[in-house]
This record gives sequence, C-alpha cells and structure tokens, in this order.
Amino acid sequence: MTATDAHRTINAVFRIESPRLIAGLTRIVRDVGLAEELAQDALVAALERWPESGVPDNPGAWLMATAKHRAIDLLRRGKRVERKHEELGHEIELQQETAAPDLEAAIDDDVGDDLLRLVFISCHPVLSTEARVALTLRLLGGLTTEEIARAFLVPEPTVAQRIVRAKRTLAEARVPFEVPRGAELAERLSSVLQVIYLVFNEGYAATAGDDWMRPALCEDALRLGRILAELVPQEPEVHGLVALMEIQASRLRARTGPSGEPILLLDQNRARWDHVLIRRGLAALARAEALGGARGPYALQAAIAACHARAHTAEETDWARIAALYGALVQLMPSPVVELNRAVAVSMAFGPAAGLEVADALLSEPSLQGYHLLPSVRGDLLAKLGCFDEARAELERAASLTRNARERALLLERAAACARGSATS
Amino acid sequence: MKFMILVKANKDSESGALPREELMTAMVRYNEELVKAGVLLAGEGLHPSSKGARVRFSGDKRTVIDGPFAETKELVAGFWLWDVGSREEAIEWVKRMPNPAGEESEIEIRQVFSAEDFAPSDPTGELRAAEERMRAQTGQKP
Repeated sequence: MTATDAHRTINAVFRIESPRLIAGLTRIVRDVGLAEELAQDALVAALERWPESGVPDNPGAWLMATAKHRAIDLLRRGKRVERKHEELGHEIELQQETAAPDLEAAIDDDVGDDLLRLVFISCHPVLSTEARVALTLRLLGGLTTEEIARAFLVPEPTVAQRIVRAKRTLAEARVPFEVPRGAELAERLSSVLQVIYLVFNEGYAATAGDDWMRPALCEDALRLGRILAELVPQEPEVHGLVALMEIQASRLRARTGPSGEPILLLDQNRARWDHVLIRRGLAALARAEALGGARGPYALQAAIAACHARAHTAEETDWARIAALYGALVQLMPSPVVELNRAVAVSMAFGPAAGLEVADALLSEPSLQGYHLLPSVRGDLLAKLGCFDEARAELERAASLTRNARERALLLERAAACARGSATS
Repeated sequence: MKFMILVKANKDSESGALPREELMTAMVRYNEELVKAGVLLAGEGLHPSSKGARVRFSGDKRTVIDGPFAETKELVAGFWLWDVGSREEAIEWVKRMPNPAGEESEIEIRQVFSAEDFAPSDPTGELRAAEERMRAQTGQKP
C-alpha cells in the first residue's frame, strides 16, 4: 500500500467513523470542540501508524481507543481542568469505560443516542444558520472544511472560522449534550430538518453550475436525512423530508439537457428519473403518513412531488390532487410563491379561468412585484383563454423582469406568438 | 456517488443452497449498519444461474441460452446499491462485510453513472441557482 493509498483509505475510514467518534467523545468530555480535536488527534495517529502497520481490522474501535487514551492523558494532565470543571466528574466515568473489556460494545451501546445528541447540538438555535450548516456537515457529514467551502462557494478560511466560532459559542453557552424533550423536541427538530433541507437545496439548485461538487451536497443531505430517520423513526416530518429529498433527487439526471439547459418538470424524460430513489421516496412518504404526519409541511411537499413521480407521463399527472395539496400547504405556511404554484395546479386541473382567478388575487402582493413568474403564469393563462393582447403585455413584462437570458428569449417568443393571435409559439 | 456492489457467485450460491443462519444474521446486522449510515439504497440476492437465461445477439439474430452457466466466479449472485462519498468509502464498507461465501469469495465495486457525469457546465448556472432557490420554497421544481 503506497502512502497516498493509505491516506485515501484513512480519509474514507474517518468519514465513516468520525460522526460516532465525535459523538462518543462529546459524551465523555462534554465539549464538541475538544471532542473533535481528540478525534483529529486520533486521525493523525492513524496517518502515522497505518501506512506501515496496515489498517486494523476494526479501524473504528482503534480510533476510539486512541482518542479515549488521549482524553485520559489530557484530563490527567489537568491542562483544561480550569476551563472545564465538570470534566473532573467525568473522569471516573471515563476510566470505568476504558477499563471495560469490550470497548467497542461499550461505545456501540450509546452510539445512537450520542449521534442524535450530536445532531441537536450541531443545529442548536444559539448558532447562526450558516454555522449550523457548516458544523452539521463537518461533524455529522464528515466533510472537510475545504469540501464545505467548495460546496458553498465561500473561501475556506470563512468556513473554518465559522466552525471555530460555532464550537466556541456552544462551549460558552454551555449547551448541554442532550436530546430535547417534549415541546422543545419538535421545535429543535424543525431546526435540524431546516438545516438538512438547506444543504440539499444548495446542492440541488447548483446542478447546472460549473462546480460538480454540488450534486454531492444533495447526497450528503440525503444521507444525513436518512441517518436522522433511523435515529428518530417515530417523527413523521423526518420521513416527510426524506421523502421530499429522495423524490427531488430522483430527477437530477433529467433536469438538464445536453448543453446544460434546464428542462422543466413536465418536459423531462421520465425514463431518466431514478426509480430507485422514487421508490424510496414513496416508501418514506408512506411512513410519514402512517405516523399521522400527512399534513406536515415536508410531507405535503413530498406528496406533491409524489404526484409527479407517480405519473408515467406528464398528461397522467393528478392535478386536482396537487391543487388540493397546495391548498393545504398554503394554509400551513402562507406564501405567495406557494399560492402561485397553486394557481398553476388549479389551471391544470380545472381550466385556465379558475387558475387565473387564483393568480389575479396575487396582483396586489408586494413581495411578488418584481417576480417574473407572476406575469409569466398570468400571460400563459390569458393566452389559453384567448386574451392575446393582455397575454402579450404580461409575457413582455415577465421577460423584462427575468434575469435569465434563456428564459427571457422564451418569454419574448411566446409574446410574439400572442401578437400573431396564437397561444403557442 | 452511487456504487453497485456485486457479490460473485460460488458453488454454494449456484447450487441454490440458502445461506447458513449464522451468515444471514451477520448480513442482517451489516445491512442495518448500512441503513443507519444512510448508505444503503437497495439490494437483492439472485437465484442460481440454472434458473436464468441468456439472449445472445448476433446481427439481427437472437439466440436464447438457458442456464446454468459455466465460469461460476464470473456470475453475479447478488447486489447492493450504495450512496457513498467516494470509491474509497465504498471499499471501506465492503471490507466490513461478513464474508458472503465462507472461504473464498470476491466482491466487485462499480460506480454508477450520475448527474455530474452528464451535466456539462452551464455559464448561467448562478442565475439559475437563484431562480431555483425561489422554486425551492414550493417543492415544485424542474
């Protein structure tokens, strides 16, 4: 094994092992920053040792044992005692654990709980959203600072600083390493879900960009979601979010044409959708529904995505159901963008006049004043109703509002078709 | 990135004998680990090749050949589909697998084509990202 091979292997091992390593160590030293340092130390030890000795049969246990020995050394030397009084109390616990004959079993006992605590600490409300995202990817996704920086197109020092500050904030706020209970659990869980979905969308929105790293971000988010679903299997919204991400990810391949141009959902080649992911998404949605979570915001969005996923052709889409689901969604999280989507669904289900009625109600909405999709949708519906002059004006207005050249060209084409008195170009 | 993990056939799997209970238990535990790590997408075992068939193509001609097939170790006895961060990660996971055939066996690791293999760069990617962030609020996406 060459040194480079060994390093690659060690990185892979570390990616797999580091979340449980950091989680387990945080339980012992009660400081996520210190836990990560100890885990990093163990990694350095592995980098020194493994290229010569070979990777041990159970690398996770090796790393954990090494990290624990260092934790003991550190506590014995008392270097950090002043900074962290409570560690002294843990020393006894720590020694007992290390004395246990089956170290791995002792670690595994709590690993689920430890990981879950780590999820909640990484997404803690004392941290800014950016910090939560960076810390979650770092501690739970096992991504390097460099990978996170590349994924979010920010300089590496910025990410590094964000993570350092986040860990300091958690230590200073003495955030307990625990799973919240009762009403707090729901609130904190929604912050966790938000972080994961944010990561997913960052990757999903960037698939047309020139950075191929970003679809990997979708996969990281999906894996985090799936891990969370196993950690808290009774929470319907977790399954709702996983369902939404699986189904959306199933379309990644079909969303761009040969020259990178975006292909809208209804025009996509459905054979290119990933049916393994669709099946997984539908199963996750069924799990959310079975737990009574059909009306949760993620489950509702997943249900809409599922309507598209179930349709073998665009024509088979169950638009009445989609319109109803948007209706429920808009009740739950009122948003003019959601309402505009409902207008489209209503028009597909019940005709352009019904859709236009919904869209017209949004005309006075201040947040949509500069949003090109409102005149674009209205233009479409007006054209379908044969009001070509009004349609043309709306499409031209939409063209003037969009910042995307390709889309502008398309809108102007449609406007020209309206001028010729036809709904299609 | 996605990898397909191919378990090669051996005499036992080709004989149609079911795996020992011990191995089944170990495999179930291993699969649980994969699920908990968010890695496992799908996986199936295959019946022996004696129940299978091959269709040979020669120009316009098609010939059906019934199993079993020779070269046992070249046959696939089962597969997993994984979502991992790198080829090395896939290898690490495979190394943790219980030996599927007892003594000698081989597992093949093959990457599955994905979006980034196809998506050419798009100079207006940034604009599109902004656009899609708007759409992201609704779950209705291209």
